[in-house]
Order: sequence, then structure tokens, then C-alpha cells
Amino acid sequence: MSKIVKNKRSLSSRLGGLLFVLPSIIVVLIFVYGLILWSVNVSLTNQNSGTKKAIEYVGLKNYTDLMVDERFTHSLSNLIKFTVVFILGALITGFIMSLLLEKGIKGEGFFRSFYLYPMAISFIAMGTVFNWLLNSARDEDAGGLNLALQKIGLGFLQNDWYVSERGAMYAMALPAIWQMSGYVLALFLAGFRGIPDDMREAARVDGASESQIYRHVLFPQLTPTLLTILIILGHISMKAFDLIIGINGKSYVTQVVAVYMWEATFDKRDYAKGTSIAIVLLIMIAVVVVPYLRYNNKQQAYR
Amino acid sequence: MSKDLVDLITAKPDVRNKKRKLNGKERFWLIFRYISLTFIWFLVVMPIYVMVINSLKGVKNVYLTNAFKLPEKLDFSAWSVAWSGTDYFPQSISDSMTRTLFFVIQASIISAIIGSINGYVFAKWKFRGSNLVFTLFLFGMFIPYQAIMIPLVRIATTLELNKSIYVLVLAHVIYGIPICTLIFRNYYEAIPNELIEAARVDKASMVRTYRSIILPLSVPAFVVVLIWQFTSAWNDFLFAIFLTGGSPKLAVATTALNFITGSSNQVYYGVNMTASLIVSLPTLIVYIFLGRYFLRGLLSGSLKG
Repeated sequence: MSKIVKNKRSLSSRLGGLLFVLPSIIVVLIFVYGLILWSVNVSLTNQNSGTKKAIEYVGLKNYTDLMVDERFTHSLSNLIKFTVVFILGALITGFIMSLLLEKGIKGEGFFRSFYLYPMAISFIAMGTVFNWLLNSARDEDAGGLNLALQKIGLGFLQNDWYVSERGAMYAMALPAIWQMSGYVLALFLAGFRGIPDDMREAARVDGASESQIYRHVLFPQLTPTLLTILIILGHISMKAFDLIIGINGKSYVTQVVAVYMWEATFDKRDYAKGTSIAIVLLIMIAVVVVPYLRYNNKQQAYR
Repeated sequence: MSKDLVDLITAKPDVRNKKRKLNGKERFWLIFRYISLTFIWFLVVMPIYVMVINSLKGVKNVYLTNAFKLPEKLDFSAWSVAWSGTDYFPQSISDSMTRTLFFVIQASIISAIIGSINGYVFAKWKFRGSNLVFTLFLFGMFIPYQAIMIPLVRIATTLELNKSIYVLVLAHVIYGIPICTLIFRNYYEAIPNELIEAARVDKASMVRTYRSIILPLSVPAFVVVLIWQFTSAWNDFLFAIFLTGGSPKLAVATTALNFITGSSNQVYYGVNMTASLIVSLPTLIVYIFLGRYFLRGLLSGSLKG
């Protein structure tokens, strides 16, 4: 008798668990997966302008059009330039910051708090400042960063920044690096401090020098952290939108995929194009993120 | 409770050699580290410094050539112009600031409640396939929202939701489900199963266990989620511009700032800097007082417990 009651209980409680998350599951199914399918659906039609007309399916035409659309390939190559410089820059800066702090130093809390504050501020607000400081005027007319560079004797580094034809995206990566290095610092710092002290001690006892300890003992332990950082920065970078808008609006020179999607959708009312750009972006990000999620899922299973 | 990433970061490494006198090489490295740290500190602080000093120079005396110079005399006029506007500068941010505060607080509270319930189930009342469902949730955290935006705007327009600020409450609650669930789940995972088992032996129901055991332990996780949702909804531009973009009556902090700084009229940089500063203040204040919790939310996005 009691056994039956117990079984009933556990069954009802198991169902109970599902019942409580069911609303969220339905919402996520509809608003994440459902709307993605809806977007895919729109991207296969001829809804290329705001005017109403009979909806027809045109297959992959919108996608093949994108591949030969100069504006799209431009935004894609901009995004790639931006991503490479941003990831490398943030990775190196954050890593150096973590190396400086890793052993602990008096005033560490002070430095760390300041290094991390940029992430609490919106790209739009920061963009306003960088839009102003990264002015392209040089030499006698210079102001902002160009003037500051002259003052400290680095005048040769003066730059057209985000208005230059070739270097605009590299200039765009600067504020992004500025904003995200703190994140890299935090992850690396956690990585360093997750390594048991015994490992260092053992290497020291074995007569390893400090630099050998870093190279052969500590750095290999940071590989999982590095992987995480690459995934996180990669997907943030591919989504770059407000940072670009905040600094340079929709300008052609600094247009990236997400900004071009906005322009196609809002200014041209070309919903079919807008959705196909968005789906391409989604696939790019999924390629990076899905393996990471699967890996993460497997790790969870072992817990 | 097990150590999380933030505990690791803020843990003081024991400085064993503290009492020992440093030799020459060690002293050199210590000084080198301080110089480097200070140099980076200046770079990091620079934009905020520029905002602050140029907001104190008034409306018209702000030039790029003296962007880094302190004001000769304090002039707060840019603050009142940025806050409430004037005849030559009609845009202002006071309305959008209160509107943002209004919707962001509601969105954060609802998100936290939903996240707590979901997290509890995913951590302690697993059902068949719950790990898969959870992973499917997580994917929703990484997608570029552009991929759902056009249908979302259509739904909002059809239901006339885009005429009220609640459309942003909805958007942030819905798309906040993955991260909020994740934060709570990770937090609850660390609560020993024995506590739940003990309650089960006492024939406490799932809801009862939640109310009397889990909820009282949840305060830190609530703070993390509230702060995370507050900051990300406050700083959000993408949802705001797509869902309320056309209507200045529904401008929120970021979109209002973008109207001001992106306007092709006469540009007053003093006002621009002041407006950016005002818009950044709420999240900055939260960061200053509750930075540790903010960092927790931030790092949970990396999925590493």
C-alpha cells in the first residue's frame, strides 16, 4: 500500500516539475524556435518591399541574391576584419591584465573594479564618447585622441579612425576591445586561481624557474578557459550592432551584417532580405555556439 | 556551498613571502606591475573622465581640442539642457529615463521569479529529457535577436503591443528566460540534495520544499538576476529600436540618447557627453555598490559554473 503511495508521489512530483517549467518551455519554443522558423519562412518569399502584394515563395533566391550583393559582402568582410582584431586585441589585453593581477597585489580590488566597470555601461553611451574622441582631424587641427597622441610623442599614430576607407573596422575594434577586455581578465583570473597551488609548489620544488612554471604548468591549464573566451567573444563580435551604431550610425564604411540587416528592414522595408541576412547571421553563430553547448551538456552529464 | 567563479576571482591568494624582504629582481617586477596596472587604469578610466569633465563646461564651450582639459570654471548648464531640454535643444532624456526605470524594474522582477522556479526544477526536480530542454533553452541565449526580430515586430504590431512600453517588459522577460534559468539552476545545483531529500521524507510537497527551504536560501541568486536583468535591459538598444524605434513617445534611455547624438542638427558636444553620463549613471551606481553580483551574472553567461 505504502509503496503504491510512494510511487504515485514520485510520479506526480516528477510531472509536477515539468508542469512548473511548461509555460517557459512553451514560450521559448514559440518565441525562439517558432519565430526563427517564421523568419526562415519570410526569407523564402518575395516580401521585398513594404507594399502589399501576393506572397510567393521564391526558394533560396534571397540568399543567392545576398551572395552577389556588394553591400552584403562588404558588411561581411567588415565583420570578419572587426572580429579578428577585436578577439585578438581583447584576448591579449585581458590576458596581460590577468598576468599582472594573478599573483595578488596590494590594491588588486581597486584595479579590478575599475577594469571591469566598462561592462556595466551601454555601447550607445560609450559610442558617443568614442565617436567624438576618434575624430579624424590631424596635426594642427587635431583634437581628441589624435591630439593626445601628439602630446605624448606618438604623433605618427594619428589616424583617420572610423572614417578611413581601409582601417575603419580596425578603429572600430578599439572601443570594443576597451569594453570587453575586463571580461577576458575576469575569466582568465578565475582560470589562474582555479589551478591548485600545489602544482606551482611542486614545480618550484623540482627547480623550475618562474617563466617555466607559467609556460609548462599554468598556461596548459588555461586551455579550457581560452576556448570559452573565444566562443564568448566570437558570438558577441558577430552580433556587433549597438557598438557600431553608437559610434558611426549606419555609415557604409563601418557597416556590419547586423547593421545592414537593420537598414534593409527599416529603411528599405525589404523583409525578405532582412530575414535572410538574419538567418545567415544565426547560422554563423550556431556553427560556433552549438558545439560548445553540446560539449557543455556532456560535461554536465558527468557531474 | 561550492566556490563559484567570482569567489575564485576575488579570493586573496596567500602572499606567502609577504614578510620576507624582496630581492632586487622581485622588487623590479613589483614596480613594473604597478606601473603597468596604473597605465591601464588611466586608459580604462579615460572615457568616463572625458564624459564627466566635459559635462561641466556648459553647453557651448566644449571643443575637441580641449577634451581632456579640466573646465576653467564649473558650469552645470549642460546638465539642465540634457535633462529637460530648451527651445534650441528640444530633445531631452528625463522622460525616457523614468520610462526606462519603470519598465526595467518590472522586467527584472518578473524575470527573477520565472528564473527561480525554472532553475529549481532543472536543478532538483529533473524530469526525463530535462537536460536536453535546458540546453535548448541555453541556445536561446546566444542567438542573434535579429533572427526573431521581424516576426516579433509583426506580432507586436498586430496585437498593438508596440504602442506601450510593456512590449519591452515582455521582450526582456521572454528572452531573459534562458539566462535567468541558468543563473538560478547553477545556484540551486550547489544546494545539497540531502536538504531536499529530508524534506521529501517529511512528505513536504515540491512547492512546500521550494517555499520553506529553497526560497529562503535564494536571496543572493535573486540579487544576481535582478541586477543582471536591470543592467542588460537598461543598456539594451536592439529590442528598443526595433519594437519602439519609430515612436519618440516610447523612447528609452539608449534610444533617446541615440536620437540626441545622432541628430544632424547643430551638435552640442557638452550636451552629448552629459546625456551619455546621465544614461550611464543608474547601471554605474548599481555596479559600484553591487559589482560582485553583477560579475556573477556576467560570468554565468560563459556557462562555466
